[in-house]
Amino acid sequence: MNLVIVSGPPSSGKTSVILKTVRALRDRNLSVGVVKFDCLYTDDDLLYEKAGIPVKKGLSGGLCPDHFFVSNIEEIVSWGRTEGFDVLITESAGLCNRCSPYIKNIAGVCIIDNLSGINTPKKIGPMLKSADIIVITKGDIVSQAEREVFASKVTSVNPSAMTLFVNGLTGQGTYELSTLLYDPANDIETVQGMSLRFPMPTALCSYCLGETRIGEEFQMGNVRKMRMDS
Amino acid sequence: MTLRELIKRYPFAEEYFKDNHLPMDRRLGKEPADYAASWTEEERELIAIEADAFTDEFFTWLNMMKEFMGIDAQDVVESLTIVAGRNKSGTPEGFDSLTVRTSEIISIVGPTGSGKSRLLADIEWTAQCDTPTGRAIRINGEKPDLKWRFSTNNKLVAQLSQNMNFVMDLTVDEFLTLHAQSRHVENSDAVIARILDAANDLAGENFDADTPVTALSGGQSRALMIADTAILSTSPIILIDEIENAGVDRRKALDLLVREDKIVLMATHDPGLALMADKRIVINNGGIIEILETTPEEKACLTALEAYDEKVRHLRESLRYGKRCTWPA
Repeated sequence: MNLVIVSGPPSSGKTSVILKTVRALRDRNLSVGVVKFDCLYTDDDLLYEKAGIPVKKGLSGGLCPDHFFVSNIEEIVSWGRTEGFDVLITESAGLCNRCSPYIKNIAGVCIIDNLSGINTPKKIGPMLKSADIIVITKGDIVSQAEREVFASKVTSVNPSAMTLFVNGLTGQGTYELSTLLYDPANDIETVQGMSLRFPMPTALCSYCLGETRIGEEFQMGNVRKMRMDS
Repeated sequence: MTLRELIKRYPFAEEYFKDNHLPMDRRLGKEPADYAASWTEEERELIAIEADAFTDEFFTWLNMMKEFMGIDAQDVVESLTIVAGRNKSGTPEGFDSLTVRTSEIISIVGPTGSGKSRLLADIEWTAQCDTPTGRAIRINGEKPDLKWRFSTNNKLVAQLSQNMNFVMDLTVDEFLTLHAQSRHVENSDAVIARILDAANDLAGENFDADTPVTALSGGQSRALMIADTAILSTSPIILIDEIENAGVDRRKALDLLVREDKIVLMATHDPGLALMADKRIVINNGGIIEILETTPEEKACLTALEAYDEKVRHLRESLRYGKRCTWPA
């Protein structure tokens, strides 16, 4: 089974792109499963179900969705193997622009959209910078100039990634994307012992543990203060 | 090769023409010797180069500069060839291969869902019999370099569509500067001025460099997008997905793209646009059925349409300036 980790900012078109890409994979007689991660709520799993794609949903609730992802990925992979998928795609929430769920030697795809603004590539961090494949969506509604400027900003933060322009509505580009997501040579049994490409943020402070009161006396653990004098 | 093609391939050559007071008009579409033969008496005096010696002089200079700059000319796309595949039912397409050269305009027609997007995707992906249609794409007659597939900044196809908008909150000048910077253009001021001139030439109503791009009218936006794509985009192929008739001179727009040596593909059912092409690709059921040449009768249709459009434009102007409308306009 091939594992593909898809991430990207909210509303960048992850689900639309995955739905259309799975269709292209299935046209090649490959069986595909999807795991959808989110924080508090998602009904994207229904969209996958409607398309007849086996899906599992993971809501992280009060936990960081990316930490939740790493804590569950091993179980997810064994589910995929039991189901006999050729390709298992995980779709993450990607909320704080700081975490990256990518695993070394496992395909990592970042989906970002042209509407998010040209400074977005600079802001996203490892989720974009350490991706193998970058999918840029919503190109059909901005000007050619904006597409080119956006793409050049993407290149400057991740020059080695393969970049594809995909239209999540018509599916244009998803066939091409699908050809990059399955290779029999990338078969994995397990992700046990593998490691993340980039460490998650070092954050364990009193607020991580449920503190709600404001004030210095309630702040414990990894706390950093802004410099207000500069 | 014409001088325009040479300048396109070696943009620095423009300098030679300027320094030598050489006329930069439509005669650049000629071969060097014919170009020199076309100089008027007055021009000869100013140029002060023997017409017979011009070709040798120019190439000596060009080769010197090329050596000096270490330029690799491989990147210039001069033709695009589509080698036939099959339709959704697996039947072979109704043509063998189609080659489109720079400055040619081809339209693409077919019902919604017939496979126009797939054709475009095949071109963008430089398909090598490895897509559902089994088509193959050749660039300059050869199997294309994989860079067209995978590089972020060298995309083969640029797109212009009626649904595209400017979303950045910048003035026209700031916007063009940003685009020029991303393309590492030298003398960006001159390029920006050229784009602005070209855009105003296409737009019904003029606008200046300080206008916010989001405040441009539909026609002005379209004009700016077309001029910017023609002049600043490096993609050799332009796909046009409808250009509305209002507020932008479509014939001039196509002329501009042709002048900038683009290969122009138009996916449109607007006869006023589709018939401007010399040929059209007819698609159905995922495959190209046939390639039709635009006949003289169809060109006559276009002329009639354009006269009609001119009348509509006139009525629009009447409305705009508070006049009464009459027909015939």
